[in-house]
Amino acid sequence: MSRYRRRKVVNRTMEVVATLAALVAVTVLVIVVVSVALRGAGALSWDFFFKPQALFGQPGGGIANALVGTILLIALATAMAVPVGVLTAIYLTEFAPKRLAVPIQVVIDVLAGLPTIVIGIFVYALLVIGHTQSGYAGAVSLAIIMLPLVARATQEVLLLVPSTLREASLALGVRRWRTVVGVILPSSVGGILTGTLLAVARAAGETAPLLFTSSIFANTVQTDVTKPLPNIPVLIFTYSEQADPALHEQAWAAALVLMGFVLIASLGAKALLARSRKRLAG
Amino acid sequence: MGDGAVRSATVSAVQTTSPLQARRRRLSGRLGDLSLYVVTGAAALGSVVLVGAIVWKVFRLSADSFHQFGFGFVTGREWDPVKHVFGALPFIYGTAVSSFVALVIATPLAIAIGLYLSELAPRGLRGIVGSLVELLAAIPSVVLGLWGILVLGPFVAHHVEPWLHSAFGFIPLFGDPQQTGQGLFTAALILTIMIVPIVAAISRELFLGVPRELEEGALALGTTRWEMVRGVILPATRSGIAAALILGLGRALGEAIAVTQVIGGGTRIGWSLFPPADTLASKLASSYQGANPGLEISSLLYLAAILLVIGLIANLLAQIIVRRFDPLRGAKA
Repeated sequence: MSRYRRRKVVNRTMEVVATLAALVAVTVLVIVVVSVALRGAGALSWDFFFKPQALFGQPGGGIANALVGTILLIALATAMAVPVGVLTAIYLTEFAPKRLAVPIQVVIDVLAGLPTIVIGIFVYALLVIGHTQSGYAGAVSLAIIMLPLVARATQEVLLLVPSTLREASLALGVRRWRTVVGVILPSSVGGILTGTLLAVARAAGETAPLLFTSSIFANTVQTDVTKPLPNIPVLIFTYSEQADPALHEQAWAAALVLMGFVLIASLGAKALLARSRKRLAG
Repeated sequence: MGDGAVRSATVSAVQTTSPLQARRRRLSGRLGDLSLYVVTGAAALGSVVLVGAIVWKVFRLSADSFHQFGFGFVTGREWDPVKHVFGALPFIYGTAVSSFVALVIATPLAIAIGLYLSELAPRGLRGIVGSLVELLAAIPSVVLGLWGILVLGPFVAHHVEPWLHSAFGFIPLFGDPQQTGQGLFTAALILTIMIVPIVAAISRELFLGVPRELEEGALALGTTRWEMVRGVILPATRSGIAAALILGLGRALGEAIAVTQVIGGGTRIGWSLFPPADTLASKLASSYQGANPGLEISSLLYLAAILLVIGLIANLLAQIIVRRFDPLRGAKA
């Protein structure tokens, strides 16, 4: 009987431990979000969004230049990563023979797992050495980070497209490429969009690659992509390394903006993904 | 009967188009197929070429430093741009220690969370807690680093380190507390926060994939839930968990920004976990801007090459484990 009791106690303890572990994770999330929100909310104002960074040592200023730059960088990176990612996914699901598909898949997963700072150094070596830092170099490095994410998400929805649709189209004598363009892509466009949104959320917060490619920037609004584009992650990083409390406050506010965007984008993407998956799986 | 009618209709439709038109259409169809095949194939090949180019570029630019120091670079303890002496050991040490400590803390935590989400959580909470844990992974590392430097660091310096030192000071790992809270230990805590959600999410999927009959069979034999977990779920998912941990480790090894913000910077090698240090990635992030072209940049790229090799090995290893040694996957296929 006592043996039975002990087994029950061990079981109960383990259940409590597991529950506590989940509680710890949720608590950490709440602490991080709340402390960023509390410290950042104070500095949020219209000026913060619509004024560029103040000159060094001067009070006030905002993040307008970094906001514009980040939006440009992400837009450029998305324009590069999405077509390549979607085409890669189409090749892997529709055309590739198995003995090619597996190694390519492995390489793409490896690319997704590479340290982002190494990707930054690669683009630095490719586009910055011998030239200067530039917005397009930053966008290329972000695109490399987004590419495997877009490819993966697209592949997932392409695999969910019912094979009956594919076969019905082919049975009607429709060409392979028309089947892909006219039948398969339209029915998976929702999944591709949510995958893109997830990749955007990830890229928006990436700092390491931008440090090498687009970090020495002006404190005015800059839209010329051949010059380094100001951006929010590098701004937070630089401010966080300073000792000035006023800059810390700006860093918190910028962090709140960035975190808010990233969290809302990933939540929205996950909700959309669940919906489109349900619809395709029928 | 109906089928026959349709067929004859199609046949007549085809016959009314002139042979030339039909041939042109066939040709354009074939061209369309071919071009889609070529374009998508080129995109897929592009990713492979990209990884190859990354490896090649990083290695080529570290060549100067490699010629100068050879493999001795890996064991060199000095990093002195003035004397042109560079060695990677302090950074390899910092990377290894911070990632290892993070992994030690994260492993039980992440597996416990995975178990909670797959076995224990009530239906209503399961989705919510699961999404919250995943959100933790979505927080940008630079934001986590900012929080680490201004909130977690001081807390660690004033509460955690003094407590650990007074309670376990006889273990050399817990040396004298630091004033700022910037150091290996804080970096390891930040890395823990980053890898727990990754490993927890993968473990949950693994645990959910264990066949129900196995779990119910064990419970029917009279095991408690924990005994079922230990006897059925964990052994069945062992290799998957290993792969998840290696992926998490890969993430920890390569994380640059958040670590740079909280680790303080330094080349000390010693027992205590509390003093400032540097990892391969944090040294790269903090030093490249003021670095002199030539040997110093090349040595920094040598660090990047080491990081790249470690990252490649970790990722490939995780993939091989997932693809080869997962017993459940094999059983299902």
